[in-house]
Amino acid sequence: MLSRTADHLFWMARYIERAENTARVLDVTHSTSLLPDDSEGAEANLWYAPLNISGCAAAYSDKYGAAESVAVTRFIALDPDNPASIYTSLRRARENARAVRGAITSEMWESINATWLELNRLSPILSGNRLTSFFDWVKERSHLFRGVTLGTILKDDALNFIRLGTFLERADNTARILDVKYHILLPSVKDVGGAADYYQWGALLRSVSAFEAYRKIYRDVISPLRVAELLVLRADMPRSLHACLNEVDSTLEIINGSTGREARRCAGELHAALHFSLIENIFANGLHEYLTDFLGRTASLSKEIRSAYLARRDEFVSPLPVRPITQVQYQTAHVQ
Amino acid sequence: MNKVTLFDEMHSPEGLVRSQYQDVAALLFSLPLEALSQKQREAEVLFRRLGITFAVYGEEASAERLIPFDVIPRIFDAQEWALLERGLKQRVGALNAFLHDIYHDQQIIKAGLVPARQVLANSLYRPEMRGVDLPNQVYAHIAGIDLVRVAENDFYVLEDNLRTPSGVSYMLENRNTMMRLFPDLFASHAVAPINHYPQMLLHTLLEAAPPNVDKPVIVVMTPGTYNSAYFEHAFLASQMGVELVEGKDLFVHADKVYMHTTEGPQQVHVIYRRVDDDFLDPLAFRVDSTLGVPGLMSAYRSGGVALANGIGTGVADDKSTYLYVPTMIEFYLGEKPILSNVPTWRLGKKEDLKYVLAHLPELVVKEVQGSGGYGMLVGPTSTPAEIAAYRERILAAPARFIAQPTLALSTCPTLVEAGIAPRHVDLRPFVLSGKDIRLVPGGLTRVALTEGSLVVNSSQGGGTKDTWILED
Repeated sequence: MLSRTADHLFWMARYIERAENTARVLDVTHSTSLLPDDSEGAEANLWYAPLNISGCAAAYSDKYGAAESVAVTRFIALDPDNPASIYTSLRRARENARAVRGAITSEMWESINATWLELNRLSPILSGNRLTSFFDWVKERSHLFRGVTLGTILKDDALNFIRLGTFLERADNTARILDVKYHILLPSVKDVGGAADYYQWGALLRSVSAFEAYRKIYRDVISPLRVAELLVLRADMPRSLHACLNEVDSTLEIINGSTGREARRCAGELHAALHFSLIENIFANGLHEYLTDFLGRTASLSKEIRSAYLARRDEFVSPLPVRPITQVQYQTAHVQ
Repeated sequence: MNKVTLFDEMHSPEGLVRSQYQDVAALLFSLPLEALSQKQREAEVLFRRLGITFAVYGEEASAERLIPFDVIPRIFDAQEWALLERGLKQRVGALNAFLHDIYHDQQIIKAGLVPARQVLANSLYRPEMRGVDLPNQVYAHIAGIDLVRVAENDFYVLEDNLRTPSGVSYMLENRNTMMRLFPDLFASHAVAPINHYPQMLLHTLLEAAPPNVDKPVIVVMTPGTYNSAYFEHAFLASQMGVELVEGKDLFVHADKVYMHTTEGPQQVHVIYRRVDDDFLDPLAFRVDSTLGVPGLMSAYRSGGVALANGIGTGVADDKSTYLYVPTMIEFYLGEKPILSNVPTWRLGKKEDLKYVLAHLPELVVKEVQGSGGYGMLVGPTSTPAEIAAYRERILAAPARFIAQPTLALSTCPTLVEAGIAPRHVDLRPFVLSGKDIRLVPGGLTRVALTEGSLVVNSSQGGGTKDTWILED
């Protein structure tokens, strides 16, 4: 397969997945904001989370100042100038698909193109009470696209590069969601096991569609340790880091050609670490440190994959903006 | 212009519906206008969803636009088509013979039939191609010949497009759309199929491969997603099952061309390139081209790769060379031309210039090397100010222009806002040349949607229609 084609497919998948995860984060933030919380700065505190997860907190502050529900939602969902918005992700997904429309099935193209056309119809008329259905819509379009892809595409390297993009992006996003949420919920490690609110933990789990799974597996109160275990180490949890790396590792094994040795080694190492880790050890060294390290390693894995298989191109590729996870902002940023 | 003389595709001069249009006319007149408009809107939704779009240069806001599609088909019967088909094959055969000749022995020049200056001093003549032998002596593998009709059996060639003619994807998608919208009409008409065009094209490209290549690897080369015809490039690549490449996907090593793939370099044997000569190779042509492949020309000349169309075909579709095509047909084929040329004045000639300047409001003036309907003057529909401005352009460099009488282009009933009304049409069939010359029965009918307008180019707001050839 043409390297550039593989590159477009990889990024097409990443952007679709990114749009979905961004919608998940916003959706959950919205439902959390409905809970009564009259502590000082509660709103800003809550609404900085999605900004941090999508790495656009600084761009937001420049434009709007303190985090506030309507502005943050609009900025992350629909702002065409925000490189991390759902709007931008879907536009880029479609641009990448358009560049390789001969390499994807016509159903895939029609699905992604229809999403883009509908987004442009919806975006000017969206307002507060329609937002939840908008987030559902984004998730559904992503589900639909994945379904159309699996149902129509030939199982060759095109699908392999789409899978690599999907699962690398999902691993990255889950790690970010967990890290940021974890720190909001537990400003200091001492509070672990304390009075963390059932609804907030529930919201975190719901954002990655893990609420039902949690109850099914643990049949117990929600504890941070178990939430982390579920989202990091459980191989049977579709959005966990372990599950994502399972897919990345096995996909790299079946891609044709001999150029990807280093990428396979990186993926294998990362996968093995997830496979054999214990959540207690991860907590002992700090979950934040663990996740930061994980993000660094998925970024270099992504780099290895690109240099092994994908051409050097710049126009549609903008990797996630550099978004270091700094927790300081939650405490300070809402004070103007 | 005298309206009475216009040939109507659907009606005879006596006002009767011509036989090939009987059923379609019956349907059109039985349907309420609203139902037709509804079909038209359905077609638009379909095109939009499929992303069948093109870009108009110089229009920032509308990066992707739809070409308006008209639901009323344009229909030829089998006899009409047989005449056109013979005429097209003849013309394209002569044009390829001309190209081979001017890059080899130049017999037509030696015979005094075409002035040496016309060929050798033409900026589209590529001296680099002198003595280069191409498989089957074919230069223009894909030719788009623009035809207009002025009477029942009177067709003129408006221009030959031998460089990177586009529009064939619209021909194919228009048919698909019509079949979705009006399945009954296809059940009651024997419309000759055209959907095998991509197969025919693939076959033609395989025949263009350098000799002794076992399984030639073919690619379509596009300038990229921002090109106005990008949809078509992607469409043809996927219909043929070949890779769609950009210049940066290719590189040349030891006069062979390779593409970067996920499994390493893979050799490419035939490039169906939709990039102009000038941009193909920064080492040979424009040094500032970022769309090309350094070294491609050298690989091509040494026979390491085939290009379709070949390099240097522009000299034959130039509007000043156009004049000589009937001569070429007689010289190379020993035949009388079946399709007529439009009488043409060359403004480089003093007496022609004088005549044309005196008659600008009646004439169509075009740039010799222009294409796509850009930069032309249609006298009868232009304002005095536009004509005056154009006169200045002509006077600055007369030899860069030709002029032709304003032809009474035939009209075809077309759905417009006010209802069904006649609009001017032309026809672009696509002629493929390999070991022999072939074409699918049909072409792209373009329609000037503005009342009275003669400019059918999509870049100038023209629309398209499905074109039917009825089998006997």
